[in-house]
Amino acid sequence: MAEVQYRFRDDEPVADPGVTVGAFGEQSNASAVRLEPGDEARDLIPHLERIRLVEVNFPVFGDGRGYSSARILREAGYTGELRAVGEVLVDQIAFMRRCGFDAFAPDVPLDPADADNAFGRYGEVYQPTIDGLAPIWAKRHG
Amino acid sequence: MYRYDTYDQAMVDARVEEFRDQVRRRLEGHITEDQFKPLRLMNGLYLQLHAYMLRVAVPYGTLSSAQMRMLGDIADKYDRGYGHFTTRQNIQYNWIKLEDAPDILADLAKVEMHAIQTSGNCIRNTTSDQYAGAAADEVVDPRPYAELIRQWSTFHPEFSFLPRKFKMAVIASDTDRAAMKLHDIGIQIVRNEAGELGAAFYVGGGMGRTPMIAPCINPFVPLDQMITYSEAALRVYNRHGRRDNKYKARIKILVHELGKDEYTRQVEAEFQHLLGQNIEPPLAELERIKAQFADPPFEKIGTVPTFEIDRSDPDFALWVDNNCLAHKQSGYIAATISLKPIGGIPGDASGEQIRLMADLARDYSFDECRVTHAQNIVLPHVRKDQLYALWQQLDAAGLGTPNLDLVGDIIACPGLDYCSLANARSIPVAQKIGQRLAAKQQEIGELKLKISGCINACGHHHAGHIGILGVDKKGTENYQLLLGGCEGADTSLGQITGPGFDEDGIVDAVEKATQFYLAQRGEGERFLDTYRRVGMPAFKEAIYG
Repeated sequence: MAEVQYRFRDDEPVADPGVTVGAFGEQSNASAVRLEPGDEARDLIPHLERIRLVEVNFPVFGDGRGYSSARILREAGYTGELRAVGEVLVDQIAFMRRCGFDAFAPDVPLDPADADNAFGRYGEVYQPTIDGLAPIWAKRHG
Repeated sequence: MYRYDTYDQAMVDARVEEFRDQVRRRLEGHITEDQFKPLRLMNGLYLQLHAYMLRVAVPYGTLSSAQMRMLGDIADKYDRGYGHFTTRQNIQYNWIKLEDAPDILADLAKVEMHAIQTSGNCIRNTTSDQYAGAAADEVVDPRPYAELIRQWSTFHPEFSFLPRKFKMAVIASDTDRAAMKLHDIGIQIVRNEAGELGAAFYVGGGMGRTPMIAPCINPFVPLDQMITYSEAALRVYNRHGRRDNKYKARIKILVHELGKDEYTRQVEAEFQHLLGQNIEPPLAELERIKAQFADPPFEKIGTVPTFEIDRSDPDFALWVDNNCLAHKQSGYIAATISLKPIGGIPGDASGEQIRLMADLARDYSFDECRVTHAQNIVLPHVRKDQLYALWQQLDAAGLGTPNLDLVGDIIACPGLDYCSLANARSIPVAQKIGQRLAAKQQEIGELKLKISGCINACGHHHAGHIGILGVDKKGTENYQLLLGGCEGADTSLGQITGPGFDEDGIVDAVEKATQFYLAQRGEGERFLDTYRRVGMPAFKEAIYG
C-alpha cells in the first residue's frame, strides 16, 4: 500500500486498508472501504455513520469516475477521510481537492514543490463544490 | 461582447503560469510524454505529423478586432504566417514549437483569450450561431447562455477526465446554423407559451465513426436550472459512459445503449438530487453577462439618407447575393468573408489577411467578427451603404470570393497533410473539386460539400449534402462518397453511394452527381431537395453507370 503523502485532516488516520465494497457490506465492523472506478458510491450511503476512510482508486489517471464518486459521497454528508490512491498525478490533485478528497497516497510520490504549486495555483473557481470555496459568480453578486 | 473582469483574467493568467510550469517539467524530463499528453491536450496542444499544433479557443466564435489582430500576429510570430479556422469556430496553428507555446498563451491572455480545453477528454469550446445578435429569426441572442456554460465548464473539477471529448452548442432560432443536433449536448433557447425563456436539451448527437442525431431529452429547462441540468447530464455520462473502447466512449453511445428514456430517467434523478446542492449561478449572473451582449449603437434609418446597397457593380452584386444575410436591424446586413478561394486551403488565412479582417471588423462592424463552423468569417453588423467600400477592400486582399454555401465553400479537415490520425489527404481533394466546379458553382446553387480525411469526421462528411470520407485501402488513399447529409432543423445523415474512388475518381464522381442534379432539378430545388426526391438509386446509376 502506498504511503499517504498528503493529508488535510487532524483526526487519527485509519490504519486498516479499505475492504472492497462487496466485503464491506458483509463485515459490519469494517470502517474503511476501497472504491474502484466501476463501484456504485451510492451503495455506501446507508453506512456512512461507521465509515472513517474511503479510498478511491485511480488505476489510470485518465479514468475520471472517482471524481464523481467523491462528490457523491460528500454531497451525501460523508465527513470521514476521502483518500485518492493509485495513479494520482500532480496535475490532478487540485481537481481532486475540489471534489472532496482530503488525503493523497500516490503510487509514485509527488515532487513536493510541484505539489505545493498545484494545490495553491487557482485561488478562484467558477463552480461551487463541497470544498466550500465561493465561486466567482457568488463574489460578483456578493 | 463579453469582456473579462478581474476574476476571468486571473483564471487565464493562472493557466499560463501552470502551463509554463508543465512545459518546463516536460522539457526537463520530469514527466513522460504519456503524462504530459493529457496536460498539453487540455491546453489544445497536439503533437502532429511535422510539429506541434496549437488550437486556440474562440468561445461561440465571437472575436473583437483586437483579438483577431492578435491571432494574425501569432500566425506571423510563431507559425509560418498562417492560421487555420476550424469547424469548432476555433483557430489552430500547425507549426508551433513546444517551447514557444507558453509565450503564445501569454500573448493570448493579453487579449482575454486562451486555449483551455480545446482538446482532451473534457468539455470543449462551446459553439453557437455565427449570426447571433444579428439574425432576424432568433428568439434571443444565444451567446450569454454559451458564456455561462463556458465559465461553468472551465476547469470543472468533476468533468476534466470524461470517457471522451464533450462538445456543446447553444442556438436560439429554429434555423439551426450550428449543427446543434450533432453535438454531445445541443441546447436551443426557446420561448414557451407563457412567454418565458428556457433551454431545450438535445443529448447524444455526434459524428465520428457512429454518427447520431441527438434526441430531445427535455424540451424546457428553466433558465435558472440550466447549469444544474447540464451537470446532471454530464455526471451520468462521466459515471456510466463506456471507457473500455475509445470508439464507443462518446455520450451518443451511452444514450443509444441505455435508450433515450432510461438515460433521461437517470439524468432527471441526478437533477433532482443536484437541485439540492445549490450549484446554479443566480439569474443576476446571467443578466450581468447579457448586458455585455447588448446591441451595438445601430443608427436608425432616416438619420442617414443613403442606407441602401448600390448594386451597379455586378461582381459586388453577386457577392451580396451569395454572402450576405438579412439583419434584424433595418439598414444593416451580416456579411460573410469566404475563406474558400478557388483552389485554396479551406479555412486558411494569412497573418496579413487576419489583421485586415480585424481592421475591417473595427471600421465596419462595431469592432466585432465571428468565426463560423463552416470555416469562414462573419462581419455581423455592416451598414448597407458601407458594404461596397468594405467589399472592395476584401476583394483586393483575395477575400471577396462570392461562394457562401456553394460547392466551392468546402469544409475540410487538415487531413494527411498535417494530422497524425488521418488516412487520406483532404486539402488536395477540396482544391481539385473547387477548381473543377468553379465555373458551374453559381448555376448549381446551394450545395454543402464536406470532406474528412478519416472516420473521426472532423470535416463533418456525414452532414454534407455531398460528403467525402478518406480511407486507407491497402496502403493507398481511397475516398468514399456520401449523399444526402444535412445539418440544421432537418438534420439527416449522408449515405454511402457505393465503392470508393481514387483522388481523381472522386472529383469525377462529384462532378457527375452535380451534372445529374442539374438535369433533374425541379423548380427552386437545391441539390439536397432533388436528392431527397429522386433518391439514392438514381444518383448511384448516374455516378457509377
